[in-house]
Amino acid sequence: MPYFGFKGGIHPKYNKSATQSKTTVTLPVEIGEVVHIPLSQHIGAPAKVLVKKNQQVRVGEPIGEAAGFISTTIHSSVTGKVVAVGTVEHPVGGRVPGVSIQVEDATNDYIRLEKAGSFQKGVMAAGIAGMGGATFPSHVKLSPPKDIDALLINGAECEPYLTCDHRVMVERTEDIIKGSVIIKEKLDLEKLIICVEKNKPDAIEAFKKFESTYGFELVELEVKYPQGGEKQLIKAALDRVVPEGKLPMEVGVIVHNVGTAVAIYDSVEHGKPMYERIVTVTGAVKEPKNIMVRIGTPISKLIEYCGGFVGTPRKIVMGGPMMGLAVTSLDTPVMKGTSGILIYKEEDLPNLNQYKCMRCGRCVETCPMGLVPSAMDRFVVKELYEELADWHVMNCIECGCCSYTCPSRRTLAGGFKTSKRLVAGILRAREEKKNG
Amino acid sequence: MADKLLVTFSPHDRDPLTTNKVMLIVIMALMPSILASVYFYGSYAVNGYIFTVAFCVGFERLFDYISGRKTYIKDNSALLTGLLLAMNMPAGAPWWIMLICSFVAIIVSKAVFGGLGQNPFNPALVGRIFLLIAWPAQMTSWIEPTTVAKGLTFDAISTATPLGTMKADILSTGKVIAENIAPISDQLIGNVSGCMGGDSAIFVLLGGLFLMQQRVISWHIPVSFLGTVFALTGIYWLAFPEVSMNPVLHLLSGGVMLGAFFMATDYVTSPMIKKGQLIFGFGCGLLTVVIRLFGSYPEGVGFAILIMNAFVPIIDNYMRPKSFGEGVE
Repeated sequence: MPYFGFKGGIHPKYNKSATQSKTTVTLPVEIGEVVHIPLSQHIGAPAKVLVKKNQQVRVGEPIGEAAGFISTTIHSSVTGKVVAVGTVEHPVGGRVPGVSIQVEDATNDYIRLEKAGSFQKGVMAAGIAGMGGATFPSHVKLSPPKDIDALLINGAECEPYLTCDHRVMVERTEDIIKGSVIIKEKLDLEKLIICVEKNKPDAIEAFKKFESTYGFELVELEVKYPQGGEKQLIKAALDRVVPEGKLPMEVGVIVHNVGTAVAIYDSVEHGKPMYERIVTVTGAVKEPKNIMVRIGTPISKLIEYCGGFVGTPRKIVMGGPMMGLAVTSLDTPVMKGTSGILIYKEEDLPNLNQYKCMRCGRCVETCPMGLVPSAMDRFVVKELYEELADWHVMNCIECGCCSYTCPSRRTLAGGFKTSKRLVAGILRAREEKKNG
Repeated sequence: MADKLLVTFSPHDRDPLTTNKVMLIVIMALMPSILASVYFYGSYAVNGYIFTVAFCVGFERLFDYISGRKTYIKDNSALLTGLLLAMNMPAGAPWWIMLICSFVAIIVSKAVFGGLGQNPFNPALVGRIFLLIAWPAQMTSWIEPTTVAKGLTFDAISTATPLGTMKADILSTGKVIAENIAPISDQLIGNVSGCMGGDSAIFVLLGGLFLMQQRVISWHIPVSFLGTVFALTGIYWLAFPEVSMNPVLHLLSGGVMLGAFFMATDYVTSPMIKKGQLIFGFGCGLLTVVIRLFGSYPEGVGFAILIMNAFVPIIDNYMRPKSFGEGVE
């Protein structure tokens, strides 16, 4: 398959060597420990709680049901007793509604999913949300109201440090393919394309072995961030441009992360709901690892399992260094979208002393969405949201390339992220004015 | 524990290049030209650099102090402006000229607009052009490159700049007098009278290539600027060989090299978008040639760049790149 590429992007230091060849290990569950499972681990409405305090639950038992179409099921990740239905730590927004469960049995036997009415309903019942980090409920993506011809399986893992997708691709190659084939067949698609960045040659080799057995195409992607961005991936692999403000289905494409493909396989073949995931724990820990973790496990447990901190931690990031969220508490639980835990010591952090923008244009060069971050930054600073709307801020994917490359260390992506909500309001008002 | 953890927006890693380092790279790129000027003008050059740098940095700090603004002196931009100012002046200019020049560059042209990034015009050029108009005598009394080089290579050295000589010859006799034009080799290394730093074309070029290699500047502005100058003076030369210099000499003389690589590429006062940079470079080249060939000043680079600086906001506005998927159905 040819590679078409995309404009912009950056080449950060990848720092994946600490964990990329380490086989995934499973974090043991201990009797007496407490997991904190947020009811909102996906984009969309938080799940509606199904359990009460002191209720007994088992692994895989639903504790929250989807509240609407854009929402999904939440399962208990352990067997034990509900000790609290209240709030739990969340990397964004402090505390969110959640369920705390104390482990009474360290088993990994889960309650198998019941047969659902349709493939999509099954995916929803399994609680699968995009595992690349955006956590969009997968059944929504699998119910496209448009004609789709291609399924892209995203194995780019362009975020530095993270290796959880890499390990899945090496350790569960055939299951990824089987999961993808299930989607392809259920949705009656023509093309199945698996996309892997070239810096994972072992994963590419692993896929190649199955190329003749299963009907799929393999695209070797250029190593560039944000290669795994949905729109960038579609442009790079298929040379199709998703219209501004639209979803990939507009150009007949669905994109799923490799981890999601495996989760779909597990749910269809083994009736397994999504109650655990692989997390890369790296940075300033004694032994960086890829760990299979039950959802809801506090990150302090993961760090402890990796031998503890090296030096004094200054910043802990959930996700990758480019788009991950800095957490305030070690009690923050692992969620469906938690791809990594990244620990920085003071000396590993970049100097964030700001200078004034000198209009060097590096942000313009690197923006994969064709925006002009330096001009937009002035609007953010002066709170000129109308202008910001005119400069297409809503098309920003918050990948952070502009901030990364800015020699004056301006808070570019962060500013756009926070402004988007206000700009969305302005755009809605404009639309209403036009229509009414 | 919790209160000790740092929380910021993503991304959490950054490119190691910072603004102060960018300025230092530009200063490094200027070093060959600076050393050449020290070689040719000796203590005049050294004094010039010391004065302008001290005045520029001093004025910037003073302004920050008086205005109570947060100082960004560490971004090294005032240092760079100081060096560029000296390079744009005749060797041996009196200290008070440099004081005024630095004042105009730092305070009038930059600080009052809000400092680095906010100034519409290139500070060093505003300083130079202001003096050229206000004190033309001091700003055009060119001393000949002296001492070290003299006697070793060439002995006939004019005290007017090559461009000035040509203009005077055309005005007085109606044509270019070939014998009065300095040989290409001299123009290349800067063994001709003129601004301290801009005349050694080869050293400026060297610095410019270094900047490109370091990816501090891209090829767009220098190539479109120099290409336009070469093409237009070439056409004119072919049409009217009597009254013009050949295009290679045009490229090597005056401030066009320094202008194309170091002044027109100033981030703050040039377009951010590559397409716009091509237009900007073309405009600079066109205006330079028009002034050189038809204006009353022998050299037009400074004016050309300043005029084009005024067009930068509009160029950037019209050249806004297409947002991903914009206009796609």
